[in-house]
Amino acid sequence: MIPAIVVFLYLATVLYIGIFAFRRSTGREKAEDYFLASRSLGPFVFLFSLFGTNMTAFAILGSSGHAFSNGIVTFGLMASSSGLVIPLTIFLIGTRVWALGKKYGFMTPVQMFRDRWECSHIGTAIFVVQAVLLVPYIIIGIMGGGTTLYAISNGTVPFWFGGAIVALVVMSYVFFGGMRGTAWVNTFQTVLFLCFGVMAIIVIGYGMGGFQTAAQGLKNSPLSWLLTRERISPYYFFSYTFIPLSAIAFPHILIFCLTAKKMNQFKKTVIFYPLCILGIWLPCVFLGVMANRVSDIPEIRQKQEARRVLATQGRTMEPEKRDELREQSGGDDVIMLLLHRYAPLWLAGLLGAGIMAAVMASDSQILALSTMFTEDVFAFYGGKRRFGEAVQVQTGRLFIILITLFAYAVALRAPETIFELAIQYAFSGYAALSPLLIGALFWKGSTKWGALAVTVWTAFAVVAVAVFQAVVPAPAPGPATVIWSLGGTEVLSRTPGGTAVFGFMPVVPMVLVSALLMFVVSMVTQKPARSTLAKYFGGGNQ
Amino acid sequence: MKSILLVVAVAALYILHQDIWFWRSSHLVLGFIPIGLFYHGLFSVAASLLMWLLVTFAWPSHLEREIEETKRREDEPA
Repeated sequence: MIPAIVVFLYLATVLYIGIFAFRRSTGREKAEDYFLASRSLGPFVFLFSLFGTNMTAFAILGSSGHAFSNGIVTFGLMASSSGLVIPLTIFLIGTRVWALGKKYGFMTPVQMFRDRWECSHIGTAIFVVQAVLLVPYIIIGIMGGGTTLYAISNGTVPFWFGGAIVALVVMSYVFFGGMRGTAWVNTFQTVLFLCFGVMAIIVIGYGMGGFQTAAQGLKNSPLSWLLTRERISPYYFFSYTFIPLSAIAFPHILIFCLTAKKMNQFKKTVIFYPLCILGIWLPCVFLGVMANRVSDIPEIRQKQEARRVLATQGRTMEPEKRDELREQSGGDDVIMLLLHRYAPLWLAGLLGAGIMAAVMASDSQILALSTMFTEDVFAFYGGKRRFGEAVQVQTGRLFIILITLFAYAVALRAPETIFELAIQYAFSGYAALSPLLIGALFWKGSTKWGALAVTVWTAFAVVAVAVFQAVVPAPAPGPATVIWSLGGTEVLSRTPGGTAVFGFMPVVPMVLVSALLMFVVSMVTQKPARSTLAKYFGGGNQ
Repeated sequence: MKSILLVVAVAALYILHQDIWFWRSSHLVLGFIPIGLFYHGLFSVAASLLMWLLVTFAWPSHLEREIEETKRREDEPA
């Protein structure tokens, strides 16, 4: 119970930081102060809070769980590709959005799109798709909180209660502290996790009798494939380089880009981002893989047994039984199990708090949704003009409560593992929305109809993938079930982990078709006025 | 020329991410780090160096200048 108490103390500290930020705010009833911290964040807070915002339960629990089941491929799939693509998009897109926000006062991406393409309801359509895609990300945070508290208290704190506590704490400091509170908490959390991550790997390595022994043992065992990528198709691996395009399209990241005081603050973020990813993901992936060598933790043995049964008898089982075994073999809690087994109680508590720090990154998404609702809907449709800015901020706070309650209710029923849920819906969807930003910022010829085509396609594609995976049950580990082939080429397949189109993950055709639609539809529709183009590209010529 | 070199460097690193040459190797670097993991760790360091090059040689400073100019014009008495 000691680790759980340490985690509760940590949660109280985080809550205090949020409320302290509330007291420090200068203009409490000003929307720009509450939602963007008056665009005043310094370099240190900007780097760590932007990074922390992107590091969720997905990064910590999802990555180690995925590595436990799939091996070292996890790092190349998401971490190293993100280390290249995310800072590159911050460099190219984040800086430009920051400059436009500073010049024209934008607080959300939709405000910029409405101005850039001279549209109103198309902006609302973009808002709806963005909001619907953001909710799964918030759910991940709450699920991660429930899983962490359950594991760290050795089952004393049930999943539903742990999730409720995390939801309540996050909701409270976002409610009071707004962007300033969220940024400070994220900074504190990121520093905490980077410090304790190193400590975790040392302690667990020592407890396992040294990593050399564990790694050599794994290499000489039937599980040696976990140290390679032999079970992953190069097409599948390549597909993952499209996923990090989602980061800059996530409204919470883009809104965060607007909080920097000066553009120079992006420099450190862009340079250190790949190293921060390395610092957090490498230990998580490594520990997830090495957990397969642990023989004295019954829960891990049960997971391995479920995986073995799934691999050997999965093909002859009912889909429901397969899903049940798949859930049993999921490794989202392996890091916590390792800590519980190998770290002294007080350290397990501190390390659990560090993990909790990353898990609770859903705060930025909740705040972003609230900012988008109050700016893109409430203010845009006349609420701010009629009721004033103070009511706008209060509406934002009410929205925070409602969206948290909704996400919590869904989290209690969501059957997918953290990793799958994140990848399949939120990440792929936002990656498909990225041509909106590229079109708006770099192509004079883009139009609102092109933007609408991208938005409708993204919504359609996400729903189509979800329906396809719900209708066609996932096969057992091994070859995919081919649903449609053309001239001997596999066009559409149901894989154990999702869907494949021509062997690629759905994110690849989703992004490519989005880009194509933006181009084709914009080419045949009317461009914005010259005066509008001059605001974004200088001059007035097309 | 500088811009072209930077674009080539970005494209090259993107291609190097697809390291099919270590795909099936379970060799352990320093006796405990799988080679595939070690390579992608180094890849992350290389990405950081590339970002430093971009920030140093291709920083969009004109955006800052535009903002300063806009601000100066707004501050000037009518």
